[in-house]
Amino acid sequence: MATAAQPAVASDAAVPGVRRLHPILAFIRYQPLGAAGLFVILVMGAAAILADVIAPYDPEAIDFVAMLTAPSWEHPFGTDAFGRDILTRIIYGARTALTIGFVSSFTGCSLGAVIGVTSAYFGGRVDLAIQRFIDVLLSYPIIVLALVVVAVLGHRPIGGIDVNLIAAIAIPIVPRVARVVRSSALAIREMPYVDAARAGGYSDRHIIFRHMLPNVLAPYLIMLTAYVAQAILLEASLSFLGLGVSEPKPAWGLMLSGDSANFYQEAPWMILFPGAAISLAVFSFNLFGDSLRDWLDPKFKT
Amino acid sequence: MKALTSTIAAAILATLPLAAVAETPQRGGTLSWAIIAEPPTYDCHATGTFAVMQRVAPHYSTLMKFEPGNYPNIVGDLAASWDVSPDSLTYTFKLHPNVKFHDGTVLTSADLKATYDRIINPPDGIVSNRQASFTKVASVEAPDPLTVVFKMKEVDASMMTNFASPWNCVYSAARLKQDPNFPAKNIMGTGPFKFVEHVAGSHWTGERFADYFRKGRPYLDGFRSVTMTSAARVNALAGGQIDAEFRGFSPTERDRIVRALGKDANVLQESWLLHMIITFNTERKPFDDPRVRKALSLALDRWGGSTSLSKISLLGAPGGLVRPGSEWSASPKDMEKWPGYGRDMAANRAEAKRLLKEAGQENLTLTLMDRNIAPYVTAGIFAIDQWRQIGVKVEHKQVELASWYALQNSGDFEVFVDSFTQFSDDPSNVLYKYASHDRSPVAVHRAIDRELDQLFAEQARTADKAKRLELIRKFENRAMEQAYSVPLLWWQRIVVMNDRVKGWTMSPTHMIYQDLGDVWLAGSR
Amino acid sequence: MLRYIAKRIFLMVPTLLGVAVLTFFMLRVVPGDIVEIKLRGDGGTVTQEVIERERERLGLNKPVVVQFGDWMKGLVTLDFGTSMWTGRAVIDEIGVRIGLTLQVAVMAAVISVLIALPLGTISALFRDTWIDYGVRIVTIAGLAVPSFWLGMLMIMGLLTFFAWSPPVTYTPFTEDPIANMSQLIWPALAVGYRYSAVVARMVRSSIIEVMKEDYIRTARAKGVYERLVVGRHAMRNALLPAITVVGLEFAFLIGGLVVTEQVFNLNGIGRLFVEAVGRNDFIIVQTLVLLIAVMFTVVNLVIDLLYGVLDPRIRYA
Repeated sequence: MATAAQPAVASDAAVPGVRRLHPILAFIRYQPLGAAGLFVILVMGAAAILADVIAPYDPEAIDFVAMLTAPSWEHPFGTDAFGRDILTRIIYGARTALTIGFVSSFTGCSLGAVIGVTSAYFGGRVDLAIQRFIDVLLSYPIIVLALVVVAVLGHRPIGGIDVNLIAAIAIPIVPRVARVVRSSALAIREMPYVDAARAGGYSDRHIIFRHMLPNVLAPYLIMLTAYVAQAILLEASLSFLGLGVSEPKPAWGLMLSGDSANFYQEAPWMILFPGAAISLAVFSFNLFGDSLRDWLDPKFKT
Repeated sequence: MKALTSTIAAAILATLPLAAVAETPQRGGTLSWAIIAEPPTYDCHATGTFAVMQRVAPHYSTLMKFEPGNYPNIVGDLAASWDVSPDSLTYTFKLHPNVKFHDGTVLTSADLKATYDRIINPPDGIVSNRQASFTKVASVEAPDPLTVVFKMKEVDASMMTNFASPWNCVYSAARLKQDPNFPAKNIMGTGPFKFVEHVAGSHWTGERFADYFRKGRPYLDGFRSVTMTSAARVNALAGGQIDAEFRGFSPTERDRIVRALGKDANVLQESWLLHMIITFNTERKPFDDPRVRKALSLALDRWGGSTSLSKISLLGAPGGLVRPGSEWSASPKDMEKWPGYGRDMAANRAEAKRLLKEAGQENLTLTLMDRNIAPYVTAGIFAIDQWRQIGVKVEHKQVELASWYALQNSGDFEVFVDSFTQFSDDPSNVLYKYASHDRSPVAVHRAIDRELDQLFAEQARTADKAKRLELIRKFENRAMEQAYSVPLLWWQRIVVMNDRVKGWTMSPTHMIYQDLGDVWLAGSR
Repeated sequence: MLRYIAKRIFLMVPTLLGVAVLTFFMLRVVPGDIVEIKLRGDGGTVTQEVIERERERLGLNKPVVVQFGDWMKGLVTLDFGTSMWTGRAVIDEIGVRIGLTLQVAVMAAVISVLIALPLGTISALFRDTWIDYGVRIVTIAGLAVPSFWLGMLMIMGLLTFFAWSPPVTYTPFTEDPIANMSQLIWPALAVGYRYSAVVARMVRSSIIEVMKEDYIRTARAKGVYERLVVGRHAMRNALLPAITVVGLEFAFLIGGLVVTEQVFNLNGIGRLFVEAVGRNDFIIVQTLVLLIAVMFTVVNLVIDLLYGVLDPRIRYA
């Protein structure tokens, strides 16, 4: 990682003083918004990991006595129509959102990167075929493709994680990443060391994975962050439409779906807090992703 | 919250005496009402969805109908008088003279015969959804222009209900002769309203039919049914953009509308001929074991669930296989004897745990298939929580309606949240759901139980009500003990409309009383 | 130029064919079909025989390849088939709804530019100051707030504070502009705000870029009031990338309406799409997907051509 990021950071050396600061401090100093985003992400991540410890209630336990209670010391964010604590469900919801967000973004970006680099490396007909297929996938708006994939695959929860939902979110990411990575990789293909490796008799696989992929790490990382935000939003939208995460599993989009809107006068907290949680998470990832992009490569545009 | 509840109670109470006082109906006005689904066809013989029924009912007449304001009493619609032979094998109907179709032609018994022939023996390419209800009919005859005679192969105690079914819209024989599929895309009946237009996804309109055979009806100049989402209809009714919605609202939706409309809200509530069912796949282990099914049924706190869930969802009272409160229903005392209906939940849960242990299923894990809309989701969340309390772990698998049907028919499920609805409380219509899998396509629990089939067939041919009731109780007890499919809760129907809408009849089903012939609007806009 | 256009259109064909093939065959592995929902509604009774007959009638029993051939044959003759749900021509089903969707999409695009141009310019002028940060926070927030939630908040707000809700039925603009606007302005705002973030970001970076260029420097050296410089030169140049982004996002904007139309009860193609997916009305779904893909590729082409008109430095080979 360090070696790969080096050339990009080196080009940023125009900013005086960067070199003298510790990289993390430098990031905070020159990208305060990004640092703030990162901080929120870390807090949410911690909450997601420690949900069992810090959440005050069981997220799935029905408590009819506490139905629709307003925010109070006992229930800081109030309760829903089943008497379930909203704060608890938002904390566990962070686990759902971050897991699905990270895993689908990681899957989509990694697959996209491999396809992009492969396409650039081989060029010619392979490249043409892959690019035409990517054209096809790019013609679908993200949510449309995701909806079709959900309809096709249905739901398959394995160990509490719906792998098909992750696939539905990851697939629309693949062509977008592949396209960007390909253009970066095209430049790298012309580098002398790739020629050298080829002359040295290394296999295509070796060259792709050892020489080319590490060099597209910067755009990869930037897109990984950006697509976590997209994936969280997409999961929320699908769950809102009733096609994502299944009740009673806590998920932010799901908390807004169905007839929850009908409770807005008696229990506006049912709508306010989950929506705010989605917004905050996506916002933080966007802030961080933006800054990361400026930091790693000011000229890079997705 | 408290204040609100009392306002609603007041609103409900207020409507009861008002409805009893006869007001003088006023002519004129256009009734605008909401509906949440698009019709898949215009042909009421071919479907079972209210999206068709509520839209086409104002355009058609039926042979018999349920008496407005006096459900489930049956009266004539097109039939002026009727006669059932003592052996219950011949039904003779005399039609009203001078009944006109919207195209000006006069209705005769030939139209009735063509209509019923189409239902009983649909020609190629025609879908008849009600064929099964008329299997015992031997022939339909039209001896003279105003007489229709039905000859039966054997006695069917449910026959009058079948004649009153809102689904048997009477079509024109001439039009059917030209094109048997005419009603799928055209509307042409003898009902109180003529069809004007249908804009897909937007609205459906009808105008007063001046030559309607009931004098002085309809009162309205026309109606406009507007297609909208479930959430939008609440806003639209609360904001006065529409006058009514006839399917039903959840209690929270009701509260929102009442709060917005105040005195102008008219709330009507009744139990609904629709119930949630937990269906087990009896071909899958361990649900082939009656002890496991019984344990899972025992663990459901129906009384407690009803009290709370009825405040937030469409789910209402606990009941047996027939609608609680109907003439065929068991009393609450009888119900308490069934597994899972006893009031002592601690004892029920202990017994459930014991049964699971006995069956070697103490660590049972199951997948509950469910739809992805309210109140199915509500029922699923509730059942999962109940089963958790006896140590059963549940994975909730929510699917779209098409998959829900596909999975239940293919048997690719363990347990699922099932439902059933009919247009009347007639026992043959509703117990059908609980018969053997090979006799009843809707009995998707996949079990064969000849004892139940025997009881079902016997009650179907028993005209004596007391004897029929006794057979129904036996059927119910057996079904509850075996627990292939068990009722969870019945739904509640809550209709809210603007108080200016008068003359509409509330009933336990959203399929009947929709011809709008007696509906009128008080005051003018 | 004409040759270039012809070549681009020719290249669209394999892409669109790919979309058609992929969509069609993906849909055919969806479990279950439309027939039972159609016949049984919410839980009625129907025999297996009747179901089979309807399946036969809809052609669902034919081999998938034959079904695909039928669809393709129809497409060539511009016959898009009939909805499996209503039995009406797909073209009619889409026709009555697309006007609304396009209107909201165009309004949203306009709103997004109206928000983005000033914000992006300010952000660029005060680059790396707290004003820039503030503007960026507002625009990035636009990307983060789900438009369906924003829509819910709008409806809640209107009901709570004004005891008013937007009309639920559509009135064409030509019939009654006020009724039309009072219904459609809200979803356009909810979606437009979101897209303004993308556009503002583009405006900001292109203005920063443009300001480095020589003629701006010259203009500034001449002592022209700085704001005027920006107004006259930079903004016009920044418009170009802004248009590109609006164009590129336009098809996705229609995608974004898929969810928003649910919230506002809009009878547009987004809601039709979700409903059709829900009831497995394959014919509608595949046609809609293809339509969106066509719009997307055509918009892309138009944007490319527009680029040439606006920026004479670009020449087409």
